[in-house]
Amino acid sequence: MEAAATTIRLQGRRRHGELAVRLLLGLAALVSLLTTVGIVYALLEETVVFFGEVGAHDYLFGTKWTPLFEPASFGVLPLVAGTLATSAIAMLVAVPLGLGAAIYLSEYARPRVRKTVKPILELLAGIPTIVFGYFALTFFTPEILRAFFNLDVGIFNALAAGIIIGFLTIPIVASISEDAMRSVPQSLREGAFGLGASKLQVTMRVVFPAALSGIVASVVLAMSRAVGETMVVVIAGGLQPQWGADVGKSMETLTAFIASTAKGDVPTGSIEYKTLFAVGTTLFVITFVLNMFSIRFVRKYRQVYE
Amino acid sequence: MSAHGETVGRPSSARRAKDLAFRLALLACLAVAIGLLGILLVDAVLDGAGALDWDFINSFTSITADKAGIQAALWGTIWLMGVCALFIIPVGVATAIYLEEYADETRWWNRVIELNIQNLAAVPSIVYGILGLAFLVRGPLNLGQVVLAGGLTLGLLVLPMVIIAGREALRAVPSSIREGSMALGATQWQTIWRQVLPAAVPGIATGVILALSRAIGETAPLIVIGAATVIFANPTGLGSDFTAMPIQIFDWISRASNDINDYRPLAAAGILVLILLLLAMNGVAIWLRNRYEQKW
Amino acid sequence: MVIGQPAPKSAEERTRARREPIFHLEGVSVSYGDKAAVRGVSFDIARNEITALIGPSGCGKSTLIRCLNRMNDLIPSARVEGSVLYHGQDLYGSEVDAVEVRKRIGMVFQKPNPFPKSIYDNVAFGPRVLGMKGDMDEVVQRALQRAAVWDETKDRLKANAFGMSGGQQQRLCIARALAVEPDVILMDEPCSALDPISTGKIEDLMLELRKDYSIVIVTHNMQQAARVSDRTAFFTVDPEDRVGRLVEYDDTETVFTNPGDPRTEAYVTGKVG
Repeated sequence: MEAAATTIRLQGRRRHGELAVRLLLGLAALVSLLTTVGIVYALLEETVVFFGEVGAHDYLFGTKWTPLFEPASFGVLPLVAGTLATSAIAMLVAVPLGLGAAIYLSEYARPRVRKTVKPILELLAGIPTIVFGYFALTFFTPEILRAFFNLDVGIFNALAAGIIIGFLTIPIVASISEDAMRSVPQSLREGAFGLGASKLQVTMRVVFPAALSGIVASVVLAMSRAVGETMVVVIAGGLQPQWGADVGKSMETLTAFIASTAKGDVPTGSIEYKTLFAVGTTLFVITFVLNMFSIRFVRKYRQVYE
Repeated sequence: MSAHGETVGRPSSARRAKDLAFRLALLACLAVAIGLLGILLVDAVLDGAGALDWDFINSFTSITADKAGIQAALWGTIWLMGVCALFIIPVGVATAIYLEEYADETRWWNRVIELNIQNLAAVPSIVYGILGLAFLVRGPLNLGQVVLAGGLTLGLLVLPMVIIAGREALRAVPSSIREGSMALGATQWQTIWRQVLPAAVPGIATGVILALSRAIGETAPLIVIGAATVIFANPTGLGSDFTAMPIQIFDWISRASNDINDYRPLAAAGILVLILLLLAMNGVAIWLRNRYEQKW
Repeated sequence: MVIGQPAPKSAEERTRARREPIFHLEGVSVSYGDKAAVRGVSFDIARNEITALIGPSGCGKSTLIRCLNRMNDLIPSARVEGSVLYHGQDLYGSEVDAVEVRKRIGMVFQKPNPFPKSIYDNVAFGPRVLGMKGDMDEVVQRALQRAAVWDETKDRLKANAFGMSGGQQQRLCIARALAVEPDVILMDEPCSALDPISTGKIEDLMLELRKDYSIVIVTHNMQQAARVSDRTAFFTVDPEDRVGRLVEYDDTETVFTNPGDPRTEAYVTGKVG
């Protein structure tokens, strides 16, 4: 097929369609940006007004949270204490169990065991938190804490909430940590075995440190998840704020407050409406910082081996 | 029998004991996690199986516990999932295509978009509820506490999951396919639309189903935007008031039970329906992945 | 020293050499970011001939061939300098549409890359996206026949292309390229992933196709270049700056039996890799 030189046209028409497509796709990508902008704007707008009325210092450092009573008090520290307490308890549960599971799956388990167990962990991760809340209130507190362990805890208590949140964050710690450990090159293990190390030593002294940034990322992410958890604390953690450390009693968290206050038809512009946003901002800031840390650590561990 | 090699030579019995103890401790961790899942499921079944029958599915909620059912909540959930899917599929896939096929990685704004998506994926779900309340239910759009607002709020919540899954699915298509297509004279969009996207559909579909699985169980955002807890009708349109399964379950959990009206079995039965729906959805996702996954 | 016997040339074939060149390269240099891959390449490619680009790995022959159909555009950091004239027109002119370029200058890749679709849809893809009119069944059949793979596929046009063997897949890719009725076919090491029998079939195919198309082939297999090509361009990596350069370009017979440059001689006699 010879083309005569004189009739060849290499000049094409401007491809408007291609440009239009690229623009449309870019606009779609903008939605995700606008979501964050929207969140930040919505939170800040009302929070600034709130600080105008209540005063940032009283809010951030006050220890009495009774916004809906007379006289109202807007110190957020009890809510922060509640969030901290339940999250800390959750981490005490999730980190050892999650890491244990991860180490086992990565270093010890047969491929067939891994194949069966991983979907089960995914199932655990997929169960809605309201189910965990139900379980905490109707089974864990009465049957386990009170009946079996004979602890003197209230119906609503931070301990049960914390432990159950810990359980539901196990998959986060387990799967990311396992991922990080499996990425450690086999040659490192073989080198250590060749020197006569036992499996325990290889696992804890070679693999674990090598995967450390991924493991830390998983823990930080789990913490962020625990801080943001709502339904378990609303159902089982109690709606009474407590400026103290008695985890056997109710400790309202930041998230529980938001959920319980927003339930009614809160009038726009009322003081309750504004507290929603102020507490929301506090929550967002805490999780944002944790998320940024975690993302950094994930990047670090991915970089090393890929 | 371990996944990687074992040491040669005879270790001392003390060392072997230590190794064994360690291995058992690890196994125990795994067992506790799985065991807990088992106890939780058994507990739900024991509490709720009795109340789970066709009357339960077909009735609306009621003060009289014996007569109460989950119909409005079930249909509300179905409507919400419909709106959610119609939002996340085009926006999520388009964003994934943009980031994966068009965006220049060296430009700072594209990296910001990527980082932003990673952050959004970890923002607490209740914050999305606040977002929905401020912008969709009230504020500029002022939609009210309706299906459209609920569906969009959930959509924004799970959008990052769809974007991330979509990108992975697109990335899995080898560049040799794109090269082959462009070398024949196809434009970039023709290549994406006719070759890359079709090959990525199974992965994208799986991602969408998993995102909907997440959305279906979310309670907190719906609480904040004001989903109804007591409603006696199924939604009829995007502007209808609505309730949803998690909200209904939450309502029954919150009610004090007594001898005349025991709401706990209702909550448990609702939980069972929810879990069954989830298992069905995940089953479809896994089937899709196995049947249509492209082996390059 | 002769490595393999090049095909004998008739008088008619020799006059072909004086025809108007299809490509005229002048001072072509390609770099990826800061790193130059190939520099200062100038030569012509003639119509209805098979031109082979040979040389050790890293000398830039693949980079160069991809300039001829603007496939380097797909790499964001790639920069092309110098002039590439196709039938007298600048391939990289500001008004030039890369799609038009690739319609006329097709490419077959080192690893066969059929689409995960049916054999029929693979061949029909090009004509469809380019909006070519005509009976698609005929177009597909003609292309598969010209690529010498019709007999093996005519009974299973709807079967998935991935079910074919490597050699068949590569001939399918050739058919796919032929379906858009190009002027030139570029082949980047088309046989390096194939077994000897498939390689032989494709080499026979190339000699057939030469009648109607102009072919440029990159190969690291010298014997192949000697067997099929009319002219050969030998590239090498400059040991000082690690940049690829064109060393010698001549009739294949000359390059292999009486090369002008000692580096060429060293390569074709197997003294260096």
